[in-house]
Amino acid sequence: MAKEKTFFEKLKAWPLLLPVVALILVMAVNIIYDAVNGNNPFSFFTITLQNTTANGTVLYGRIIDILNRGSEAAILAIGMTLVVSSSAGTDISVGSVMSLAASVCCVTLAGYGVSSTTELARPLIVGVLAGIAIGCLCGAFNGFLVAHLKIQPMVATLILFTAARSIGLLVCNDLIVYVRNPQFGFFGSFFGPIPTPIIITAICVAVTALVLSKTALGTYIQSVGINAKASRIAGLNSKTIIFMTYMLCGLFAGIAGIINGSRITSADSNNIGLYMELDAILAVALGGNSLGGGKFNLAGSIIGAYTIQAITTTLYALGVSSAQAPVYKAVIVIIIVAIQAPPVKAYFRKRNAAKAAVAKEA
Amino acid sequence: MKKKVLGVLLAATMAVGMLAGCGGGSEEPAADAPAEEATEAPAAEEEAAPADDSAAAGDTITIGFAQVGHESDWRTASTKSCQDVFSADNGYDLSFVDCDNDSAAQLEAVRNFIQQDVDYIIIDPIVSTGWDTVLTECEDAGIPVIVIDRTIDDSDKYAAWVGSNFKTEGLAAGEWLKAYAEKKGISEINALVISGTTGASAQIGRSEGFQEIADREGWNILDEQTGDFTEDGGQAVMESYCKSYAGKFNVVVCQNDNEAFGAMTAMDNAGVTYGLDGDVILISFDACTAGLEKVKARQFSADFECNPLAAPFVEEVIQTLQSGGTPEKEVYMEEHWFALPDAIVDFSIDGAAQTMTEVTDDVIAAQY
Repeated sequence: MAKEKTFFEKLKAWPLLLPVVALILVMAVNIIYDAVNGNNPFSFFTITLQNTTANGTVLYGRIIDILNRGSEAAILAIGMTLVVSSSAGTDISVGSVMSLAASVCCVTLAGYGVSSTTELARPLIVGVLAGIAIGCLCGAFNGFLVAHLKIQPMVATLILFTAARSIGLLVCNDLIVYVRNPQFGFFGSFFGPIPTPIIITAICVAVTALVLSKTALGTYIQSVGINAKASRIAGLNSKTIIFMTYMLCGLFAGIAGIINGSRITSADSNNIGLYMELDAILAVALGGNSLGGGKFNLAGSIIGAYTIQAITTTLYALGVSSAQAPVYKAVIVIIIVAIQAPPVKAYFRKRNAAKAAVAKEA
Repeated sequence: MKKKVLGVLLAATMAVGMLAGCGGGSEEPAADAPAEEATEAPAAEEEAAPADDSAAAGDTITIGFAQVGHESDWRTASTKSCQDVFSADNGYDLSFVDCDNDSAAQLEAVRNFIQQDVDYIIIDPIVSTGWDTVLTECEDAGIPVIVIDRTIDDSDKYAAWVGSNFKTEGLAAGEWLKAYAEKKGISEINALVISGTTGASAQIGRSEGFQEIADREGWNILDEQTGDFTEDGGQAVMESYCKSYAGKFNVVVCQNDNEAFGAMTAMDNAGVTYGLDGDVILISFDACTAGLEKVKARQFSADFECNPLAAPFVEEVIQTLQSGGTPEKEVYMEEHWFALPDAIVDFSIDGAAQTMTEVTDDVIAAQY
């Protein structure tokens, strides 16, 4: 009996409780929908093996879709979480940087001015590294402006938000560069039966989590975010730490861009990563993190990213008219954010305390 | 030294930052605009002067073209078409302005054309409203305006509009499907539509046209969701369709080629076969080069063109005006319906018999 109580108490104190509940609630809608329509209530959650035309037998199902299509947002959310924590600001350039990274990668692979190719002009690794390098460079630029020139993060990243996509168009010579090559397509298709983006995301998350837990970096970032001045006096180089978080954010934007470009085996500069910065910021917020910086929870942000994708996939599954989908999305987001708002949390805590008091008296 | 460099960098970044910060303010551009006009006006006069001379010589027709931007292959083809047709060799002097999807810049460009006193102005309007004032100015200056591609809704002070009839494209796809299904002995049509960006004139027209035939024939349109005219959008929507309607659909209609490329990948990954030799009839619109290559590869069943090459039709309008005639107010461009011989069938739209174009390597090479 006592053991059970401590379990509930532990659960209540778990910082990921609300993000996880939100994710489960979003997916639960599908059970109700399928049950009402007389389908197998768990068809949304069923994962099967599917024979494909090009990639052999692969895992197949809506959950796989969520994990697969949510990859870019999840990867961006890692970088965004670090940036938000260290600088109490957001990097709004990540979507444009994604587009630029994909453009640079595709142009490197295809050669300048080539609009469509099936042959790689250079080894795959060169293109991928070029894309990732340009992502890091953009991140370093943002980091320099924010950490060393003390420009407000939103203003500093606004520069690349507007410019990076256009630079991508210049690089691509104003064309959509198609690299219809299975080698390049690998990052957006399958590794064995598992979609490659899922694996890449898992690696990114695992490496980041490992570094944060095995080194003091996580603590440093948080302390700089809570009070940069105090951290500096305590001997931390705040500037370097903020700079580093922006550079990591750029790195992850580069990786996400290459995945997105690889999915469509082309560099569609106008559309890759469009509005993705908003999804990344929202993921951080849905994960229960404060956009005011300081303490962060990486797992929360990742769950937040998949929650956003779960909403999109659910709306597809329900066949909601695409014109109305954003309205539903907005309503769901409002609910999720509202249940995590401090006044609402405080209200429930008070009510529970009152209930407990009544129970004790009885 | 280091400090100096840093200072310069700081100043430069601040300037960029301030510009970016003030982008939303209305005063800044307003203050900029006259200055820009002032600097460009003399240049305009200089340009206009030799043009007048040559006009006196009797040949050169000066034309100003305010283009939307360069957002797609289609747009690039449209620009190139104008540059090719209105070349110096053909006796034209074309001032081309790429407005980069900025409607204020486009109005500015048109006003500059008026100042330059060009003979004709071509506009591909970025937005469909807010044109009456500037078109009145054109009228007062006696310069005929020809609108291409997109439409102007709040003014009729232009000489002619040249563009595609998107509804006809939708009707063509519907009528073709009817004839093709009859030929193949398919009695029941269960179609999935991946539409373009909601509210775009191409999306509205193509949906309307196809829906009209579907209603008449009693076809079942299972679902219609938007892929935003992008490959990624088409892929995501089709991925979901394959799960929602597994084994229940036999037609997929994508409202442009990029969406269809995405749908192909999604169907590949769901083990669905499509095209001339597959279970699913795949219909696409636009017919860009890459699209026609898919028709040739038997992957698209048919592709319905949206012709970007407006310039030859615009030239006809200009010739009519030159000779003192009145052109038709709405000029619809001739468009082609592409397929391989296996899928070439006879059909008609509102009683007008249509001829389909067979896709060959030559046709692909000639396409934009």
